[in-house]
Amino acid sequence: MIGRLSILLGALSLLLPALPANARTIAITNGRIVTMVGAGEVDNGTILVRDGRIVAVGADVSIPAGAEILDAGGRIVTPGLIASGTALGLIEVRNVEAADDRATDRSDVSAAFDAGYGLNPDSLLIPVARLGGITRAIATPSYGNDGNRELLFAGQAAAIALGGGPILVKRGVAMVLDMGDAGAERAGGARGGEIVALRAVLAEVRDYVRRRAAYDRGETRDYSLSRADLEALIPLVEGRMPLLVSVNRASDIRDALALARDERLKLIVEGGAEAWRVAAELARARIPVLVTPVDNKPASFETLGATLTNARRLAEAGVLIAIQGNGNNRERELRYNAGNAVAAGLPWQQGLAAITVNPARIFGLAEQIGSLEAGKDADIVIWDGDPLDTLARPVAIFIRGERQPMTSRQTELRDRYRSDGR
Amino acid sequence: MGLVFALSSATPVPSAAQPVTNPFPSTYRPTVSAPLAITGAHILTGTGAEFVRGTILVRDGRVEQVGEAIAVPEGYVRIDGSGKWVTPGIIDAHSHLGVGPAPSTPSHQDTNEAVSPNTAEVWAEHSVWPQDPQFRLARAGGVTTLLVLPGSSNLINGRSVTLKNVPATTTQEMKFPEAPYGLKLACGENPKRTYGSRGRSPATRMGVAAGFRRAWIDAAAYARQWDKWKQDGADPAAAPKRDLALDSLAGVLNGEILVQQHCYRADEMATMIDIAQEFGFRIRAFHHASEAYKIAPLLAAEDICVATWASSWGSKMEALDAIEENAPIIQRAGGCAIIHSDDGLLGQRLNQEAGIAMTAGRIAGIDTSRAEAIKWITANPAKAMGIADRTGTLEPGRMGDVVLWSADPFSVYALAEKVWIDGALVWDRADPRYQQPSDFLLGQPGQDFTR
Repeated sequence: MIGRLSILLGALSLLLPALPANARTIAITNGRIVTMVGAGEVDNGTILVRDGRIVAVGADVSIPAGAEILDAGGRIVTPGLIASGTALGLIEVRNVEAADDRATDRSDVSAAFDAGYGLNPDSLLIPVARLGGITRAIATPSYGNDGNRELLFAGQAAAIALGGGPILVKRGVAMVLDMGDAGAERAGGARGGEIVALRAVLAEVRDYVRRRAAYDRGETRDYSLSRADLEALIPLVEGRMPLLVSVNRASDIRDALALARDERLKLIVEGGAEAWRVAAELARARIPVLVTPVDNKPASFETLGATLTNARRLAEAGVLIAIQGNGNNRERELRYNAGNAVAAGLPWQQGLAAITVNPARIFGLAEQIGSLEAGKDADIVIWDGDPLDTLARPVAIFIRGERQPMTSRQTELRDRYRSDGR
Repeated sequence: MGLVFALSSATPVPSAAQPVTNPFPSTYRPTVSAPLAITGAHILTGTGAEFVRGTILVRDGRVEQVGEAIAVPEGYVRIDGSGKWVTPGIIDAHSHLGVGPAPSTPSHQDTNEAVSPNTAEVWAEHSVWPQDPQFRLARAGGVTTLLVLPGSSNLINGRSVTLKNVPATTTQEMKFPEAPYGLKLACGENPKRTYGSRGRSPATRMGVAAGFRRAWIDAAAYARQWDKWKQDGADPAAAPKRDLALDSLAGVLNGEILVQQHCYRADEMATMIDIAQEFGFRIRAFHHASEAYKIAPLLAAEDICVATWASSWGSKMEALDAIEENAPIIQRAGGCAIIHSDDGLLGQRLNQEAGIAMTAGRIAGIDTSRAEAIKWITANPAKAMGIADRTGTLEPGRMGDVVLWSADPFSVYALAEKVWIDGALVWDRADPRYQQPSDFLLGQPGQDFTR
């Protein structure tokens, strides 16, 4: 935990004109900059932003003439937060089907389902999440509700930006799969059935890769998957796309580890309620884990060992962890989830890393985002206190160098009614 | 209306004639404990008072004294509260612990008797599974009292039960002695979806209003039957036949059972207020009440509490306009704001949720002091539940329901170090004897540490 900041009133006085981000140089000065990389924390530091990118970070950055200056007033400055495992951009309201593009019921589109299509940059949820300091997200598909459909994969996740340009940043950052209770149910009712089916599918994909030409001539055996699904799984079997597995029970995590080892897949564990029990194996295999630290109730027989100390224990064992939010509308609680992990013993720096640089690394985006250093996209948040605490709020948010409005539909409702109930 | 109804009769009649007020009496007995003194702590009393270096004395299960210059008498267990905070025990005004337990299996899911829009005859206490592991998790979050409600599938969902959050084997051992009953009503999307999808009423919001009014007409007729019987001499042989559902509804009409109404939209809450006036009863609290801020003066004038969240919004259309500042706006209008959970995870950190609402208010220029904001999770839920004369504040004579926090309780970093109920220690982060898991978790993985 870090100490309380002295709040300098009126320090954030500069109002930046609405110019395109790429036409300006901006200097954020007098910040307590938490860089999340080698430079560590820089007190009284400056971040220089040009053309949407960070060009310099440090205590002795010279500010070019003509730069717009934003005095952070000694406040904490962090990278923008990254929400992983969300459906931001894919959903408005859960039971309004037309506004829910998280899943398809098509039987020939499983692995091929691509969350990078249909993203809605005007979603009401995006400004709400952004006001929680979130600047990027991993938009993740989920499974359809058609119980008769036996689909192994939910589809492919996409990296998105919550402002400052096009919403889609990168397609296919992970292939999404349920194992454990949900995966077993989808694959016929038992875990053993799902794993056998997965191995058979992966074998099919490898076969297809070798016989593509023959497949086009109709000279191969029938595959259980559609051509689109087979194609979508090639990067997975070649280790170029990670497999994001939602899995909770310790034994199920071991099964996922074994599958990944045997099939030479790049694995990301999601959920991982009992991951702390497998922490050493995960660390050895260098498998990252996405956790929701507050999820500590024994909600099912696969999460009996759920605990608030999961994130801390994983980090202590050397596992790379990212912390998730509470889902879509409640994504803004991401930073409080990190705060709760810190309250349960995770060092503060690691709590912040778990919602910035770590998810960037896990999803192959660390060259662009997740930290504050020269060359990175200028995703920057200035806070009026400790970013992981319920008592603090962002006071300025930049995405790709563009300052974001501090409003949402919710704040407009607030401002319409706050005076006297009208 | 001037209804006089026999529910409050002090002597239960053993026959099934006259309604027995209390057929499932509380067997809760506070654990006898040594007198307790917490010294030098930052105390929020729940009355609006705040002592920066305060002392609290608890004796014979009751708050004895709170203040800044208090000497600790001989024989008290002394706890150094320097750098720590003390608040009343947290009260969750909207919980489904026990009725919707973890693990969530169909075998244990006893929240919704979703077979008819009016199931006023069911009582949540008959669904409570005291071994729900979530009770302990809530204790670790400082929760000492819970209002456990049936779900919201129906218009009239059944009676609530008020529980002391103590480890117990039977529900009666948890029942808050002499707490009034509540009746859980629900408007809007849930009953519409549940019954409309089956081709039954209510399928629309007008069906919702009609369903309620029909029920109250029946209840009034039932109450009149009993009034007449009493006026005619209360001959047991001539008693009208009891009806469990109408017992509950008539109990609302005579003011003994408190209406706890799930309702999100401002316009629907206004309709429900009119229905209450038509039939002469009061709504004690609107629950969830996402749009309460739009009618804050009306709710304050009607003295109806608002039990809501800070963060949850947009889970369905009727929750789309929920804002973080709901509680602060209600508070500023002079109303009774409550932060509730409706959820086994959030119920472990109602203090943080109150902190989120308080901070959002501050940003919006609606400042609420900590001394006032603590009422959202202590005194105000006690008021809505009809137990404010016994718990919810640290006034002398109140139950010794107390939490010792490691830090500012509105902060994400605050942990409930110790929790007392009626002066007896029920949670201690440093002592495994006070962290015992429920029967269900024995022998399961991961029970060897504070969760």
